[in-house]
Amino acid sequence: MSWLAVLAIAGGAFLFKAAGMFGLGRYMTSPKAVALAGLLPPALLSALVVLQTVTSGSSLVLDARAAGVAAGAIAVWRRAPFWLVVLIAAAVTATLRAAT
Amino acid sequence: MSRTSLVDLYARPMPNRELWSRSYVRDGVIMGFAVGIFAIGFGVLAVTNGLSVAQTMAMSLLVFTGASQFAAVGVLAAGGSPVTAVGSALLLAARNGLYGVTMSRYITGPLWKRTIAAQITIDESTALGVGQEDPRDVAGAFWAGGLSVFFFWNLGTLIGAVGGNAIGDPNALGLDAAFPAGFISLAAPALKHRPGRLAALSGAVIAVVAVPFTKPGVPILLAAFGAAIALSVAGAPPVTGGTSVVER
Repeated sequence: MSWLAVLAIAGGAFLFKAAGMFGLGRYMTSPKAVALAGLLPPALLSALVVLQTVTSGSSLVLDARAAGVAAGAIAVWRRAPFWLVVLIAAAVTATLRAAT
Repeated sequence: MSRTSLVDLYARPMPNRELWSRSYVRDGVIMGFAVGIFAIGFGVLAVTNGLSVAQTMAMSLLVFTGASQFAAVGVLAAGGSPVTAVGSALLLAARNGLYGVTMSRYITGPLWKRTIAAQITIDESTALGVGQEDPRDVAGAFWAGGLSVFFFWNLGTLIGAVGGNAIGDPNALGLDAAFPAGFISLAAPALKHRPGRLAALSGAVIAVVAVPFTKPGVPILLAAFGAAIALSVAGAPPVTGGTSVVER
């Protein structure tokens, strides 16, 4: 990979970050826009969770990940702390993989 | 020069809790560590696919978006052109702009500080920030998560790029399930109100439906419409934590 490609990705990635931090976010001042900005993280992060759990590239797959994440979700519901949730999810998935 | 006595110290109202006692600092370090293990894999993958150590480090320091970095190297590994690599990487980087829209309401300070904040605006820092119950903790949690992940991501990349694969396949440890579960844990407070739950549900449904028809990175951008759906159906979220309405 050329340095040009590395710097193009770095520049582009930073422009997106800066566009949100310095651009759009500053002008969204109406109550409705502020509420919308507040609802973006739950919408995006839940999409991220689902994608990381049941997709591989552009296809949907159900594997050991789903079991681990489901166990983690139950731990969240049972008010387990962050470190325990992460540990449970990883342990369930790793165990299933080792067993199959 | 007078010395502050212990009595004085305790009589004063504590401006800050002990740093480590803040749960978000603990969570940020744990998350950073997990990300660091993943980064070793990136370092190995990058150098085995023709990137120099300097280029690999430039990726982690300057691009600093895991999904984009893996995508770029993955395209090259599959024999794709540099243009395709850049395009795939940037599609996955675009969502950080949407996180920035939300986080810009909480990040204050001089320009240099907000520039650093922009660079560390990623999934992890945003999740830790918006997961705080108290709106006053959002910025602190964002910084804790972002800086911790930045440190461990770059340390892990260096270890992988220079030392090779020291830990084997991170997925054998179930690390790929640890991340989504961790995000659920961090962002759970956003599910305490109906608009937040509706945004999460619609975002997830939109993303899953879009996956077979779009390039990686696009489904998560389309999930942003979930926020608009939630707002029009359930109205504005209440004032609690990072998903709340905070006026500048």
